[in-house]
Amino acid sequence: MTSESQGLSRGMHLGGSTRGEIVQPIMELRNLNVYYGDFHAVRDISLDVGANQITAFIGPSGCGKSTVLRCLNRTNDLVPSARVTGGIDYRGHDLYGPSVDPIEVRRRVGMVFQKPNPFPKSIFDNIAYGPRVTGMKLNKSETEDLVEHALSKAGLWSEVKDKLDQSGFALSGGQQQRLCIARAIATSPDILLMDEPCASLDPIATSLIEDLMLELVNDYTVVIVTHNMQQAARVSDRTAFFSAKIDDAGQRFGHLVEMDQTSKIFTNPSDSRTEDYISGRFG
Amino acid sequence: MSVATNWSIEGKNHEKNFKSIIFLGVLWLSLFVAFLFLIILLVTTAMNGWGRYDMRLFTSYNNTTPADAGARAAILGSLFVVSVTALMAIPVGIAAAVYLEEFADRSKWYNKVIELNIQNLAAVPAILYGMLTLGILTILGLKNKNVVIGGSLALALLILPVVILTTREALRAVPQEIRDGSLALGATEVQTVTKQTLPAAIPGIATGTILAVSRAIGEAAPLLLLGALVFITYDPNGLLAGFTTMPIQIFSWTSAAQEEFKQVAAATSMLLLAILLSMNGVAIFIRNKFAKRW
Ligand SMILES: Nc1ncnc2c1ncn2[C@@H]1O[C@H](COP(=O)(O)OP(=O)(O)OP(=O)(O)O)[C@@H](O)[C@H]1O
Ligand SMILES: [Mg+2]
Repeated sequence: MTSESQGLSRGMHLGGSTRGEIVQPIMELRNLNVYYGDFHAVRDISLDVGANQITAFIGPSGCGKSTVLRCLNRTNDLVPSARVTGGIDYRGHDLYGPSVDPIEVRRRVGMVFQKPNPFPKSIFDNIAYGPRVTGMKLNKSETEDLVEHALSKAGLWSEVKDKLDQSGFALSGGQQQRLCIARAIATSPDILLMDEPCASLDPIATSLIEDLMLELVNDYTVVIVTHNMQQAARVSDRTAFFSAKIDDAGQRFGHLVEMDQTSKIFTNPSDSRTEDYISGRFG
Repeated sequence: MSVATNWSIEGKNHEKNFKSIIFLGVLWLSLFVAFLFLIILLVTTAMNGWGRYDMRLFTSYNNTTPADAGARAAILGSLFVVSVTALMAIPVGIAAAVYLEEFADRSKWYNKVIELNIQNLAAVPAILYGMLTLGILTILGLKNKNVVIGGSLALALLILPVVILTTREALRAVPQEIRDGSLALGATEVQTVTKQTLPAAIPGIATGTILAVSRAIGEAAPLLLLGALVFITYDPNGLLAGFTTMPIQIFSWTSAAQEEFKQVAAATSMLLLAILLSMNGVAIFIRNKFAKRW
């Protein structure tokens, strides 16, 4: 791909020609369908998530972005009525295979939520919690190192290093969200899922988190849901555009319209619905 | 006035019109009446017990001579029975609440039945728990029903629904995001409950549990049924020892013929009140101190 269309897209870690092209898929969704009880919420999603790339999910509200994202670390299993058909291939394993332990999946695929949700514990314990429960046997100094490492990665270390024993609630919203990101990376996940991570943050905190994502993608694979078009354009390598449709029975369901390199989606999408949505003529 | 045409904000204060004043007056009066009776009760009891606020109350056993009678057996009996009650009711109650709130599939009929039953049990008259315990002890073949473990069982059954309900309340107040955050890190559901949800709910659980236990201390009816209205001149020294408790001792002294016994009863009442009020005080303290703002 050429660099003229790069104005919108980022240019930090892959540099040049392969940006946005999938070098190596880490997750492959094949005809994924999600049901909530009888409600067939999301239909026939097939897409690839590239390793060490930022993949953005965009689309109007209720089209199933969060639903699909939650399938990627099997947190949808926690919704009693949710049911999934089709497959997700994760590094050669069927993510929904019968011998797969969802808890193991969640240890490898971390998640950051829309609303910052620190635990009602100290900043230190917020970070140390994941390694403790996932059975990483660390002694005191190893734990301290890990906490410092995770907080530094999340760009929060200098701000909190003198108050690690304070409650996570004592931080600002943007700091809390970075604490949650630090918490997620403390368990060294393979993939990091973020569902509208900046939705409750101001522009400065948002830009900090965006910088952080660009930093993180050197080590991790990131999938982000966002309603902010500029954000998708700024940070992501590839963008999936979801939309909602009404079927013959009058049921509204979410589906994937198209997925492509972010620069292509934002400058020259194949589907006119994508263009309408991006230019604000829809949703 | 000409509110619609000019923008004047002067005028007669709406809070000060006649109806509002009457309304407020009625509220204050109701509060005053409630408070007045409480004060009268406290003051008369305190005065009735005059002359008996001394160590005899704590050191002497009951006696046929009022001047020598003390509440030692009743005080120790209350403390012993209520401690065993707490040991039985609190772990079971918390475990039941955790199951219902965190693990039970609410769409299953048997869980709905359990839920409904617990709500109802909290409203069952105390005496019925006495009858139930009486039945259990009979089946177990105990001849003497007035034993510590029997009294504790009755009181534990009595406060169990309250412990379950308040614990569930406290668990429900813990935001779902905390559970989600923990599970998304790869914690198991058991880890999430023991390391996040329960610790976060402890202030609420403690408050509710203390209030439940203080209810058990003041309760007499189920114990009367088990025959705790007895003349005891020894310390309850085991789970199968006979016992009496403060409310029952008070009841027995107030119905005694000699006027002096009423004096001891009043003094014991004040002691019971002091214990209850301090327990409630601790509960309120915990609630305020650890009140979480999520
Ligand atoms: N736990 C649930 N139980 C039942 N239905 C659900 C549940 N979660 C989502 N849905 C339904 O699935 C559909 C997709 O929801 P989802 O939350 O995935 O949309 P979304 O694209 O993330 O929307 P938004 O942009 O508003 O976050 C919606 O119709 C929603 O009502
Ligand atoms: Mg969503």
